[in-house]
Amino acid sequence: MHLGTEGFQDHARQALKDEPLQNALHLLTAEFVPRRVAAMQALGDPEALRTQARAVKEQAIAQLDTYLEQFADNLDKLGAHVHWAHDDAEARDIITSIAQQAGAKVIVKGKSMAAEEIHLNPHLEELGYEVLETDLGEYIIQLAEETPSHIIAPAIHKTRQQIAALLHDKLGDPYTEELTDMTQIARRALRQQFLRADVGITGVNFAIADTGSIVLVTNEGNGRLSSTLPRVHVALMGMEKIVPRLDDLPVMLKVLTNSATGQKISSYVTMITGPRRAHDLDGPEELHVVVMDNGRSNILASENREALYCLRCGACLNVCPIYQNIGGHAYGWVYPGPIGAVLTPLFTGLDTAKHLPRASTLCGACREACPVKINIPHMLLNLRRQSVSRGDASAGEGRLFSLWAWVMRHPGLYRLGLKLARLGQTPFARRGWLGKLPPPFHSWTQSRDFKAVAPQSFRDRWQATLQYEQPSRNGAGGGRHE
Amino acid sequence: MTEPTGRRRPTRVALFITCLGDAFYPQVGEATVRLLHRLGIAVDFPLGQTCCAQPAFNAGFHDQARLVAQRNLTLFADYEYVVVPSGSCTAMIRLFYPDLFAEAPQLHQQAESLAARTYELSEFLLNIVGTDDVGAAFAGKVAYHASCHLQRELGVTEAPRRLISRVAGVEACDAEMSEQCCGFGGTFAVKYPEISSAMLEKKIASLQRAGADTLVSCDAGCLMHIAGRLRRQGMDVRVMHVAELLNAGHNAEEPRHAPGN
Ligand code: SF4
Repeated sequence: MHLGTEGFQDHARQALKDEPLQNALHLLTAEFVPRRVAAMQALGDPEALRTQARAVKEQAIAQLDTYLEQFADNLDKLGAHVHWAHDDAEARDIITSIAQQAGAKVIVKGKSMAAEEIHLNPHLEELGYEVLETDLGEYIIQLAEETPSHIIAPAIHKTRQQIAALLHDKLGDPYTEELTDMTQIARRALRQQFLRADVGITGVNFAIADTGSIVLVTNEGNGRLSSTLPRVHVALMGMEKIVPRLDDLPVMLKVLTNSATGQKISSYVTMITGPRRAHDLDGPEELHVVVMDNGRSNILASENREALYCLRCGACLNVCPIYQNIGGHAYGWVYPGPIGAVLTPLFTGLDTAKHLPRASTLCGACREACPVKINIPHMLLNLRRQSVSRGDASAGEGRLFSLWAWVMRHPGLYRLGLKLARLGQTPFARRGWLGKLPPPFHSWTQSRDFKAVAPQSFRDRWQATLQYEQPSRNGAGGGRHE
Repeated sequence: MTEPTGRRRPTRVALFITCLGDAFYPQVGEATVRLLHRLGIAVDFPLGQTCCAQPAFNAGFHDQARLVAQRNLTLFADYEYVVVPSGSCTAMIRLFYPDLFAEAPQLHQQAESLAARTYELSEFLLNIVGTDDVGAAFAGKVAYHASCHLQRELGVTEAPRRLISRVAGVEACDAEMSEQCCGFGGTFAVKYPEISSAMLEKKIASLQRAGADTLVSCDAGCLMHIAGRLRRQGMDVRVMHVAELLNAGHNAEEPRHAPGN
């Protein structure tokens, strides 16, 4: 149910009026943000950790081919299967044929943004598989037939009452708003399915090159169940998930869990190194790792390469004043929020996503929160420039800026412009403010007054008097100007 | 008073007033000049200046932005210090001018040079002049709005707060969302008015909770945005640029009560 990115403005408008959504989003500012800030501060030197974590990703992405090769070699030695998917269709086909060969009917899924990215569930369901989300949030979304609105808290847009009603309607249990009872209801429904599943599909949080391990970070243990109970485990990863060494893992885990949920460590960290060995008590017989490009090579070669450092922690969403107000669905595609405003045009093209890089004040709260210091605002600026040079801006806007540049290059014209504005505003100005502006600026005055051009500009004052004033001799700063 | 580190105290600066300051808030420029004068610093105002080019740059129109920015490279070439009463325009010059001229080596060099000599007013006072007490007096409950570019592009967080706290009579009552964006974002406010207004609403609500009677910021853009809503709602909160506050008690025309000012 992706809304599509073209309709961003309408979706945003609707979201602003959606009261339950607004109540649900309140949680972000009230809880997520302070929790992360406190957790990061408790780490002692969060700045140093972020620098370190960024360096790991920088290195991994700079030599991505080498590390991917090493990762694949190690997996091969461990007896796992590695598949390379060039795009989303290829990734879906690979996973489908694995499921076919396994003779699967029921598939359990751990939470995976990569799977969302390739719309895996609808595809598998169309082919007749029973696909079950096992992350509680994802499960709720699946029951509601919606898409996630947040990278780590997929059902954040739903209030407790909405979820209670959903569980009651879909599962037939008595209505309850008690959190523990609600969790128990979902847990019962899910546990039964785990036992029936032939294939488990998960995402990957980190792929470790020097050991061939994949790491899953979850809070509900569903990742562990999905990857160990079924006979076949498929792990789907974007190729940027690589970290060079096992030694890099501690710092990466630390910044990830602290940034995502403010936890020192998540409840479960699962490290999978190959399929079940002869003496292992559990684990899947087959392990398939699907490494997906799906546009990442293009990002790698572009000026926005650092978008590939993203750990999908969601911290930038939580602090973003835009996301806080409109939630995730308005962005219209898989990745919402600040990083979504970068990733969506990079993955799906500016044709449909040209609104997203513009819908930002460039306030930089995202960069400040990001555990790997991704410079999101500057990438948004890059994308705006690209968008303009490929002709996305309206002819009117182009003309306006050309006119603006012409005026600003000629101080005489600029002065004349101020004079004209003063004349034009006279009938409308009240005590130095305007209640209405003409198009294309009228949207400002829908909710705010606009300052009238001052009767005397600074340069007028300068020329009239200020230029003749002198600095005080003593320069102490305390005295009144003479 | 903190001592400047290893540098002699500046005696002359060029003022870059910014187009918003020039057209809408001339009293901010005036306060800046008089404040610097009180500190014994002479001020030049190169008359050819207009805008820093940020509107076009942020909108993605780099060609147009370059045309406007390039003039400033020459206009301010000979000054040891350029002082700007705006974090946003300072960030434009310091961070983005070098990017804008990355392809033209000579202009790039000029841009780098200008970037290194350009200071936002509050950081100039604290770090270059070396003072956190400029002898101002103002009675009011003052909330500080940390403008985004100032705090997150330039990393200036301490200077304005320290300078404000040393103004005699000021009762600092930081709004809990002091660091939250007001939703201005230049053309953003016009292109996405509903989101922008929702952000502004939250900002103003936090101001009210803080019980502030005065809002101070280093950027006229934010002030105009916030004051525009305060005025529309008929709320009696005074809105001041930091230069006006730091010259309070010395201003020829003390700022009148918002929402009229
Ligand atoms: S961009 Fe940074 S903050 Fe946002 S999800 Fe990715 S890692 Fe987290």
